[in-house]
Amino acid sequence: MKRFPPYLLFLTFAFGTAALAADSPTIKIISSLPRTGSANAQAQTIVNGIKMAIDEARGKVGNFTIAYEDWDDASPERGQWDPAVEAGNAQKAVQDPDIMAYIGTYNSGAAKISMPILNKASLVQVSPANTYPGLTKPGLGEANEPQVYRPSGKINFFRVVPADDIQGEVAAMWAKELGAKKVFILHDRELYGKGVADVFKRACGKLGIQVVGYEGIDPKAANYRSLMTKIKGADADLVYFGGTTQTNAGQLAKDLVAVGVRAKLMLPDGCREQALIESGGRENLNDRTYVTFGGLPPKQLKGRGKDFYENYTKKFNAEPEAYAVYGYEAGRVVLEGIKRAGKKDRAAITEAITGLRDFDGVLGKWSFDQNGDTSLKVMMVEIIKDGKFTPVKIVGM
Amino acid sequence: MSGSEIFLQQLIIGLSNGMIIALIALGYTMVYGIIELINFAHGDLFMLGCFAALTLVGLLGLDHITAGASGMWFGLVLMLIVVPLFCGGLNWLVDRFAYRHLRESTKLAPLVSAIGVSFVFMNIGLLWGGVPMKVFGLGRAAAAPKDFPVLVSNANLLGQSAVTFTIKDLMVFGVTLSLMALLTWFVKSTRAGKAMRAVAQDRLAAQLMGIPVDRVIGQTFFVGGGLAGVASVVFAIYNNTIYFQMGYRAGIDAFTAAVLGGIGSLPGAVLGGLVIGLARAFCDQYIETRWTNVLVFTVLILVLVFRPSGLLGARAKEKV
Repeated sequence: MKRFPPYLLFLTFAFGTAALAADSPTIKIISSLPRTGSANAQAQTIVNGIKMAIDEARGKVGNFTIAYEDWDDASPERGQWDPAVEAGNAQKAVQDPDIMAYIGTYNSGAAKISMPILNKASLVQVSPANTYPGLTKPGLGEANEPQVYRPSGKINFFRVVPADDIQGEVAAMWAKELGAKKVFILHDRELYGKGVADVFKRACGKLGIQVVGYEGIDPKAANYRSLMTKIKGADADLVYFGGTTQTNAGQLAKDLVAVGVRAKLMLPDGCREQALIESGGRENLNDRTYVTFGGLPPKQLKGRGKDFYENYTKKFNAEPEAYAVYGYEAGRVVLEGIKRAGKKDRAAITEAITGLRDFDGVLGKWSFDQNGDTSLKVMMVEIIKDGKFTPVKIVGM
Repeated sequence: MSGSEIFLQQLIIGLSNGMIIALIALGYTMVYGIIELINFAHGDLFMLGCFAALTLVGLLGLDHITAGASGMWFGLVLMLIVVPLFCGGLNWLVDRFAYRHLRESTKLAPLVSAIGVSFVFMNIGLLWGGVPMKVFGLGRAAAAPKDFPVLVSNANLLGQSAVTFTIKDLMVFGVTLSLMALLTWFVKSTRAGKAMRAVAQDRLAAQLMGIPVDRVIGQTFFVGGGLAGVASVVFAIYNNTIYFQMGYRAGIDAFTAAVLGGIGSLPGAVLGGLVIGLARAFCDQYIETRWTNVLVFTVLILVLVFRPSGLLGARAKEKV
């Protein structure tokens, strides 16, 4: 990670922030994503997406040269996003007068920390992956959400990915279609995991599926055999885990098998990554694990999306992970905002992005609504077969 | 499953998990017993043992052999020899180069170095996870949890019964109990064991009697590390997932077990491990899993309030 060079600080004081910012033709975009830990595979693919968007614009918007920096919001101690690092990133971004956009975060819990800091500086934040509803939508999270993230009263946080209020409902609908009558719901006690588990729980209530248990697990436990025995005793036919690979979804799946629970397993998009299959063991997940995801499998994209898929595989010589498309989209949104604003001014760029309607995106035309959410509502359900995510159902196309 | 079957099942799970904690706790308590050092690096040593075991699996190609084949047993036995030697040797080296020089300084100095060693180990684990081997997912995601292949089957030894007692559980029980017996014999009846007890009792007097104190302490580190190595193999085979941060939690659990049982006491460490394992299992079943850690530490506090030296600890002996 690059540090703010001391001489720049001196310059800033000597000539004044405004003068320096106006004279410099470079606009910096940064991303804050978990680059340490197992979420790095997803983060890498998002970074690739952002780079692709900037490369396609040849690194320029109008007179401005676009510089991109890839920041890490994780720490080796936690092995995943770290609140202290994320707060540091946000503050550093606010203080650098060249930074005009902040792409991130991956984890909703991390967004909760950087959102208010960036909001005060009206620095635009575009998230390629946060899906916790309360970040933007009033009435779906805590009573003080989302106002608490917007101390200035204005919106500066946008997401290009559909949120969990849709995902949780699609998951419950699919659980019903699979014939589940009794579900046992687990979550990792994090903002994202508990959020999506809560939506799933509510949706189960509406659909008449009985919830036989609802518990927050210890993501660092050595194993979950006792918990799985409890689930076996409760005779559940489907287990839902609101969590991520980093909060031990793999071990849960293993112990589900080890204890001999016959229930199916359903997971949200935070688990839709190859790392889940590697840590959970493909034979444990095979043919019983369902994963919901907002969007389409990269291979099935059409039009602009198909071009994206082909260019991505050609450029990086790898299959894009699920979130690559949103990294690319977030990058394009930011560039479009800078183009429309036409000046190096944080408030103007934020305003330009707020007004983005009928954007010609990878997943079709979409707009930002009054909360800063995408109008896209595409969801898919996949099953894990032979170590691969295989789509079984696409909702909302 | 009926209520009594569930109870029995949780008992088995609790005992198995408890025994793994006990194996790690033994190493803690041995080192503490002899030089009154809380070796914070012990949990991370255990983690490195797990990585060594997985590396061995990769080198021997055990991930391709089906469970139960004769080559498998050979591999398991080899692992149970090589990994403890590796961990024991590493622990000995740490004592030789990090702690021995601080023997005469304040008690805090080796303690703080132990914390430092723990960070060093953790980062070695992170680097190790990036080794481009197939078992490490070709090293693409160094920090990701690694899948440890199923080497011992999950088949139920009790046939069609709803309660499962697997070969894995049997292995955990067998290894822990026999090691405990071996260790008790070693400390009680061998010359080296006698020397250890002498050094633990009074280092200066032992030295005056001609016992090579530093060598005996080194041996203790070696044996304690070896136990962590055995725990690594058993843990990896039982749980099938390893990652570079696992040492922290394992270390905390084992340390709690050692304190609960009375730090410095070998049977105490085992008892403490079992109490924690059982408390975890029953809390998961009958209370709620989010209260499990709370319960474990409440038990610890209560025990320490009423028996400050732990369940089986020597009474009225001055500790840190």
